[in-house]
Amino acid sequence: MKFKPFAMAAALATLGTLSVATPTLAQAQEQYVPLLVYRTGAYAPNGIPWANGKQDYMKYVNANGGVNGVRIAYEECETGYATDRGVECYERLKGRGASSFDPQSTGITFALTDKAPIDKVPLITLGYGLAASQDGGVFKWNFPLMGTYWTAADILIQHLGEKEGGLDKLKGKKIALVYHDSPFGKEPIPLLQKRAEMHGFQLNLLPVTAPGVEQKATWLQVRRDRPDYVLLWGWGVMNSTALKEAVATGFPREKLYGVWWAGAEPDVKDVGANAKGYNALALNPNGTGYPLIQDILKKVHDAGQGSGPRDEVGSVLYTRGMLISMLTVEAIRRAQEQYGKGKVMTPEQVRWGFENLDIDEARLQELGLAGVVRPIKTSCDDHMGSSWARVHQWDGSKWVMGEKWYEGDKSVIDPLVKEAADRYAAEKRIQRRSADDCKA
Amino acid sequence: MLYRENGQFKTSYAADQQIFPILQDRWAIALLLVVAFVVMPMVGSEYFFRAILIPFLILSLAALGLNILVGYCGQISLGTGAFMAVGAYAAYNFMVRIDGMPLIAAMLLGGLCATIIGVLFGIPSLRIKGLYLAVATLAAQFFTDWAFLRINWFTNYSTSGSVSVGNLSVFGIPIDSPVSKYLFCLVVVCVFALLAKNLVRSAIGRQWMAIRDMDVAAAVIGIRPVYAKLTAFAVSSFIVGVAGVLWAFVYLGAWEPAAFSIDRSFQLLFMVIIGGLGSISGAFLGAAFMVLLPIVLDQLPHWLGIPMSTATIAHLVHIIFGALIVFFLIVEPHGLAKLWSVGKQKLRLWPFPH
Repeated sequence: MKFKPFAMAAALATLGTLSVATPTLAQAQEQYVPLLVYRTGAYAPNGIPWANGKQDYMKYVNANGGVNGVRIAYEECETGYATDRGVECYERLKGRGASSFDPQSTGITFALTDKAPIDKVPLITLGYGLAASQDGGVFKWNFPLMGTYWTAADILIQHLGEKEGGLDKLKGKKIALVYHDSPFGKEPIPLLQKRAEMHGFQLNLLPVTAPGVEQKATWLQVRRDRPDYVLLWGWGVMNSTALKEAVATGFPREKLYGVWWAGAEPDVKDVGANAKGYNALALNPNGTGYPLIQDILKKVHDAGQGSGPRDEVGSVLYTRGMLISMLTVEAIRRAQEQYGKGKVMTPEQVRWGFENLDIDEARLQELGLAGVVRPIKTSCDDHMGSSWARVHQWDGSKWVMGEKWYEGDKSVIDPLVKEAADRYAAEKRIQRRSADDCKA
Repeated sequence: MLYRENGQFKTSYAADQQIFPILQDRWAIALLLVVAFVVMPMVGSEYFFRAILIPFLILSLAALGLNILVGYCGQISLGTGAFMAVGAYAAYNFMVRIDGMPLIAAMLLGGLCATIIGVLFGIPSLRIKGLYLAVATLAAQFFTDWAFLRINWFTNYSTSGSVSVGNLSVFGIPIDSPVSKYLFCLVVVCVFALLAKNLVRSAIGRQWMAIRDMDVAAAVIGIRPVYAKLTAFAVSSFIVGVAGVLWAFVYLGAWEPAAFSIDRSFQLLFMVIIGGLGSISGAFLGAAFMVLLPIVLDQLPHWLGIPMSTATIAHLVHIIFGALIVFFLIVEPHGLAKLWSVGKQKLRLWPFPH
């Protein structure tokens, strides 16, 4: 009768699944924030510090007494960077009163963008996601805060132009884009094409099949074409592989520029001193030299509550995760100012908070983030808030921050955003939001 | 005692040939259908539909299609993900390029396109067998991955390469709520399961099984291997293609080629092997095992209130899941379906040992 125990196990499993199906609402006075993460799989080296940063900030807020007394309840769900698992996590956690989601993956963001308006849950995609979604008139529930792939590409071209002594000097130059062959890598192409047309440089597109461990052919082409600059649009293992290939083919690392997802410690660590001179965009600095991170070290890590190793605190992706949580908490705080302090906010109210964020210099000072990021102010039309970024360079052992802050050129990006958002709206048959809807 | 067919006499050929010859089985299936069609929509929660039942049904359908090829015709295929992708992208193109294309028609046309590609990549099966064929079908996987990533026409020149569909409806009924999506998938799966069951019981199904058991002997008794193998590829990829359409349209909504990567092919092959090669119910059991178990394992610490880090849980799920696969394959190499039929045999005699 070996069948019986199996049948019983199956029955139990079914019962278990059914019983959890009833949504368990977050307890009173707790604001529930789900955290989609990936701590396993091919992208784990980048996913882990990001996830730890997100969680540590939530712990920090709770250690300070929550948001006007409302504690943050958080829960992680492992997606493994896979879209279907991400969708499952989203479905599982959204029923528990989720304030917002940070999917940590462009693929999952695409799949959730259609679901979020129906479920009324905000999606925040800091520096990634769908570039067109900065248009809040069409994408009511998406918030690509602090930048998109288009602002990133735009800033990189501005920086290259500056290096050459003016954008007009880019004429006749060859710029190659080595990109992760997925929506993540393809997003910047329309903007780069537009810039190429404007300034007369030649854009070579060199796709790398995900996850990007095999790039021999790509770099052979780089060697043959001899581009003046290579832009690297990679994530995870693709970045370190690209750097190794650049070393092997002798492409000067000083002429290699990564997006902000290709500019963290895991990307260069394996290559070490050989990657010296490699540049990447920096959405945020690294290091522990500012008050907020010192406070986190004191209140979270010294209390034995740290989510990860202490020496990882302040790394590039950790800091980015921390900023994502910071913005989420600020949105909740902003919503409380509107709908009642000390109350638990619904996802709709949190969305209002995201749309009306106004983090000025004074507020940054209070948060202990002065000089770390620039002020962020969102509105109904602009769900991005700001697009300030710098360029940092790997000196062989650490990232050295550049002085100059760049901002995406609105005159270049906005028409593209408008066009893409309108196309999306037409495809989905949705109407632009009216002025009344913006006020509500 | 309960499960005994004594006294159930068959007095006509039709009665002898029915799918479930035993009265109790018919009742059980009727009950199952009532639960699936009537009770579930009333009691299931949104999470249960969207995250568990819908992917379970769609992957069951894909496993069913693959089982025809691998389980019934004995042709190992690693191109399942590719055929799903062909179905999904073909249906997408029919939807965006032809105004007012009905969903059902797009789905069937998607399946048809998958059939064509399936037959094309099935041609090598006439010369090569076993693992060599698996490698040849792998080519289908890499080819479609490449095609849908690099040929922009297929994605309607979407700048990001990700495509999406919305506003689905069948005969004027919108397919937007979790329940309607679930019922739509359920109807499609039931129809195809019935079709598949009848196909494998028919002349063509017997030809497939003859080829599987010994192709030389089958050829000697007058079965044309070309016809038998290619029809198996055709039927299998049609069903897999339809499953691909459902996966993309109903479950994901927006997708990129990574949704149909080689991992998907492996996952489906494991489903078929664990569920039971050459059995229709095996496809469902295998899909249930592969879809539900990781989700249940993943949430177990949460239900039991055991604090555990996400990474630990994720690793534990992999370990336990892998161990269970090995365990089931050792205990019953013919899969869960065989386990089920052994259980039925014992129940027939119960409570007597012989």
